[in-house]
Amino acid sequence: MSDRTDRRLFQPPTQERFGTKLVLGLFAVLYILLFLMTPLVVVFVEAFSKGVDAFLAAVTEKDALSAIWLTLTVAAIAVPLNTMFGLAAAWAVTKFDFKGKSILITLIDLPFSVSPVISGLVYVLLFGAQGYLGPMLDELGIKVIFTVTGLVLATIFVTFPFVARELIPLMQEQGVSEEEAALTLGASGWQMFWRVTLPNVRWGLLYGVLLCNARAMGEFGAVSVVSGHIRGLTNTVPLHVEILYNEYNFAASFAVASLLAMLALVTLVLKSLLEWQFGENIAAGHRH
Amino acid sequence: MALEIDRVTKRFGAFPAVREVSLIVNQGEFMALLGPSGSGKTTLLRSIGGLDLPEEGALRFDGHDLTHVPARERRVGFVFQAYALFRHMTVAQNIAFGLNVRPYGKRPPRAEIRKRVDELLDRMQLKDLGKRYPSQLSGGQRQRVALARALAIEPRILLLDEPFGALDAKVRKDLRQWLRTLHDETKLTTIMVTHDQEEALALADRIAVMNLGQIEQVGTPDELRNSPATPFVKEFLGG
Repeated sequence: MSDRTDRRLFQPPTQERFGTKLVLGLFAVLYILLFLMTPLVVVFVEAFSKGVDAFLAAVTEKDALSAIWLTLTVAAIAVPLNTMFGLAAAWAVTKFDFKGKSILITLIDLPFSVSPVISGLVYVLLFGAQGYLGPMLDELGIKVIFTVTGLVLATIFVTFPFVARELIPLMQEQGVSEEEAALTLGASGWQMFWRVTLPNVRWGLLYGVLLCNARAMGEFGAVSVVSGHIRGLTNTVPLHVEILYNEYNFAASFAVASLLAMLALVTLVLKSLLEWQFGENIAAGHRH
Repeated sequence: MALEIDRVTKRFGAFPAVREVSLIVNQGEFMALLGPSGSGKTTLLRSIGGLDLPEEGALRFDGHDLTHVPARERRVGFVFQAYALFRHMTVAQNIAFGLNVRPYGKRPPRAEIRKRVDELLDRMQLKDLGKRYPSQLSGGQRQRVALARALAIEPRILLLDEPFGALDAKVRKDLRQWLRTLHDETKLTTIMVTHDQEEALALADRIAVMNLGQIEQVGTPDELRNSPATPFVKEFLGG
């Protein structure tokens, strides 16, 4: 009895009682099961609902392969470009002081606050047949809407902030003194970047690239608007999934979708590995 | 005369951090810039190192104008307050950095760089620590690596920004003695920024006392103690 009162008296102020812990914990677990795990499980169950052969047939079918190839192509263009841009932007924002810096930071974040469908529509308005720049580009023989070019542009827009956002807090924290030391030791700007700045952010950069890539391959909204859904030509994997689904070809649709789900899982594992191994060297590790 | 600072002014926005400061540092001298925080001493040091660009005035080294020479060409050994060691490089790589980044013609051969690094490790009492990373070192060891890295480029002048600021009292005293001995051996012109009057008095040949972006008085420790020029100097040294 006295033991019990004691415990209550000396209970740390941030500790909840056992009952409260249990209820909250159960709620959290159920929530995660229901909203995160079930959909993932369903994707894989449905994907294999007609057997492994049907699964393999669905993902190796001609249009599926061309969708996979297109998705890889788009990511292979968009991700390196955004990596370079992100590095340059983070470098400029964190190592220098200039007018309009806060505007630049807001602009970098813009794609996150705009609905992807809207960003796709903006490209249609700009580059479409009736758009502002469309007719002009048409005369030059450049087509953007309903082509791979449009897909790449929309993807770049949507995945714009990932790398920069990851690097900015990290580089801010590291400050400029190592760069200054490199300069006084005789390094050129280029040497300073390759030998000091880049190695210091390498894990954070990898982390950002990983997230950027996951989004580039999985993006649906913006890409859907500019693609035109031409099978074998402008259909990425997410769009191909939708088409199959609309044709009531559920098993095939889920089979292709499971590829994206696997990409998500691989990304998640790599991301956790990075956080676990190099937590101190990536900004996400500090955010908790 | 080694270094001549001629009416140097540096502003941050409208705020003048250093106002028309003139100072002559002699060849082989150990000079301390002493003052409270915000007195402009670090800004002056960074101007000498080429990390801050003064708006007015001139810097001359052995009669050559240094004012517009970029930091990388000044051959100045700068030891930063928090050491600024390259965290992803080993101690040996840190020390070799200044030699490795030299352009092709001027870069010493690899064997010679290694020899130079070994010599410095030896001299800085860091003998077996060459393969360690900065995060695996104590404060005093990091300090000595920073010094070794700065000395590796054979600087014409050594600049120290609060070199003992991050160390505890005991290590401070040991390192202080050791630094003075090192200076007496190398005869390298040295400028040290500090807010600790005891440190300045114990180490420096001459001290420039700074306040509000200007130099109040320059003199040997005895001169400053015996005949302070302004009430500020008297109070700051007496404290």
